[in-house]
Amino acid sequence: MTGDHRTLALVLFSAFIAVTLAITTWVSRRRHGSPEEFYAGGRLFSPMENGFAIAGDYMSAASFLGVSGLIALFGYDGLLYCVGFLVAWLVVLFLVAELVRNCGRFTLADVVAARMRERPVRIASGAASVTVSVLYLVAQMVGAGSLVALLLDGADARARTWTVIGVGALMVVYVAFGGMRATTWIQIVKAVLLLGGALTLTTLVVMRFHGDVNGLLNTAAARSGHGRAFLAPGLKYGADWTSRLDFISLGLALVLGTAGLPHILARFYTVPTARSARRSAVWSIGLIGAFYLMTVVLGLGAAAMLGSDAVRASNKSGNTAVPLLALNLGGGAGSTGGTVLFAVVAAVAFATILAVVAGITLASSASVAHDLYASLRRSRGTARDGQRSEVAVARFAAVGVGAVAIGLALVAQDLNVAFLVGLAFAVAASANLPVLLYALFWSRFTTRGAVWSVYGGLLPAITLVVLSPVVSGTPESLFPRADFALFPLENPGLVSIPLGFLMGWLGTVLSPEAADEARHAETEVRSLTGAGAA
Amino acid sequence: MDKHDGRAAGEPGDVRLDDPWYETPASGWDEWTDDTTGEPGPAAPAHQPAPVSQPRSASHDEVYLTVQRSAAFQEVRRRYRRFVVPATAAFLAWYLAYVIAATAAPGLMAHRVTGALNVAMLAGLGQFATTFLLTWAYARHARLYRDRAALDIRWETQELTGRTIR
Repeated sequence: MTGDHRTLALVLFSAFIAVTLAITTWVSRRRHGSPEEFYAGGRLFSPMENGFAIAGDYMSAASFLGVSGLIALFGYDGLLYCVGFLVAWLVVLFLVAELVRNCGRFTLADVVAARMRERPVRIASGAASVTVSVLYLVAQMVGAGSLVALLLDGADARARTWTVIGVGALMVVYVAFGGMRATTWIQIVKAVLLLGGALTLTTLVVMRFHGDVNGLLNTAAARSGHGRAFLAPGLKYGADWTSRLDFISLGLALVLGTAGLPHILARFYTVPTARSARRSAVWSIGLIGAFYLMTVVLGLGAAAMLGSDAVRASNKSGNTAVPLLALNLGGGAGSTGGTVLFAVVAAVAFATILAVVAGITLASSASVAHDLYASLRRSRGTARDGQRSEVAVARFAAVGVGAVAIGLALVAQDLNVAFLVGLAFAVAASANLPVLLYALFWSRFTTRGAVWSVYGGLLPAITLVVLSPVVSGTPESLFPRADFALFPLENPGLVSIPLGFLMGWLGTVLSPEAADEARHAETEVRSLTGAGAA
Repeated sequence: MDKHDGRAAGEPGDVRLDDPWYETPASGWDEWTDDTTGEPGPAAPAHQPAPVSQPRSASHDEVYLTVQRSAAFQEVRRRYRRFVVPATAAFLAWYLAYVIAATAAPGLMAHRVTGALNVAMLAGLGQFATTFLLTWAYARHARLYRDRAALDIRWETQELTGRTIR
């Protein structure tokens, strides 16, 4: 990459940081330090604002660069990711968004603990949420490191390390000082930038092919080196039955995991009513759907205009397909248009990572302070004092979570980003979704069922990953020389998600106590009508 | 295009954008409003539900149990479930069928339909289309058949429990 790209990309990215820091300063000028403000941004965002913010939280650089790269290399098998990421939103819209907004205050554990013995359920659910968030966080920060290495400095290890530390430090500043209000505005700015960038490139691709979809598809298939097989499934996941089952496992995790992601659920608390929560989900489905359709066009465009071999030559996993496509669309290397487009794409990708990282950090600091700290501390002052100190703890927790994520991201620098994201989705679907659905819809669900359900999904998911080929047994593993890979699949979802549901059922059936009828009635009435909602 | 569907503005003939609670409901959900606000309902209720009027001193738990058993609440819950259960079953089955077909029957998926488009491409686009369609249908169903009734129950319940909206 030439110096021009680098300078312009750095200027654009600095501008984004300056704007977001200005937002943070402006927002924190008028803060009161109440939990409502810190965790939920005062609950006064409009559905459209929240819809953009949700889309901003959800569309990570892994999708923008990773998925379009997969499409450029493997054609149809990359498109399967887009479908899973989008269909998952129906689970959120139908079963979760409104009911969670009505029942909870700040976190997922609020909803579950409302009809159970609070302490054990809150601790279990809080621990699961923090685990999911940290996994997702590490994925994004590893992505930031690789992005810098790819786009700015080649494979300079020091640049990667400093990028990870810098991204981590910035997000702690956003979250600790700005809380949910600043985080939301950063998501909105980022969503607009990302959608704008994707739309520009998509329009250029479509114009290049004069709006001829058949032409685009045929050229992509011809230049991919795979011919017609490029447009059908099987290039990446069709080798043997293990890889096919692995894909089904991933598909299940993608579609069920979104509704268990703590930073997505937290977004529904930033609007005043369940109806606004529904309307924000509808907005975000529109935006996310449009984004993934554009991602497909960009991936096919990269295959058609650059050829899969050129994409693979630049980066083995295809992550640079979109930046290279931008360079080509702008007029090629050395041209002004190419330089500008390339720099814009790089800056948008940085902005994306920063914003997603801030959203997750906030959600996990809420879980630490509101669920774990509030349950574990012994002395309880007055309610007001408790709330004040809880927000202070949340600010410190943001610093702590940031530090842990920076440390882990530096260790895990060579792990595959898409794998880490898939893993976070699998853990969310195994540990968070079963307990949430049972608590909302099953009248006999008990405290023991809730605790078993969380741990019964969380522990198998983590254990199976440790025993999978990702950690040991193959040359690409984390520990290539050891071999304790007893579980053949890379994604644990196919086993751990049913286990989460099964353990919740088993714990309830084996419970010594019956479910509290009155508190179930309260949950049901509140979830469907909004009575007594915060 | 589809992203606008959740907003009241997307519906033809829907004038009041920011006042969702005053849309005309499709059903006669006035048994609650009659008691509380005296607002005239559009139609007489087909059935008389058990009144929720408990004495003010009724305990928190009793209020919620009574509301849960009331015909009005049962109707809201029935309407929610009657849409959500079949719709969820349908889209999950359709998605799983798609994923399994993509992994287990690549030959079928590679079958050419028209031009460069094959079954796999059409199925993928179909997933996008059904997602948008179901989103629109759910938002419409909730707005027309649930929102008004649910809000009425909400005010009534909050009055009984003596809590106010924060």
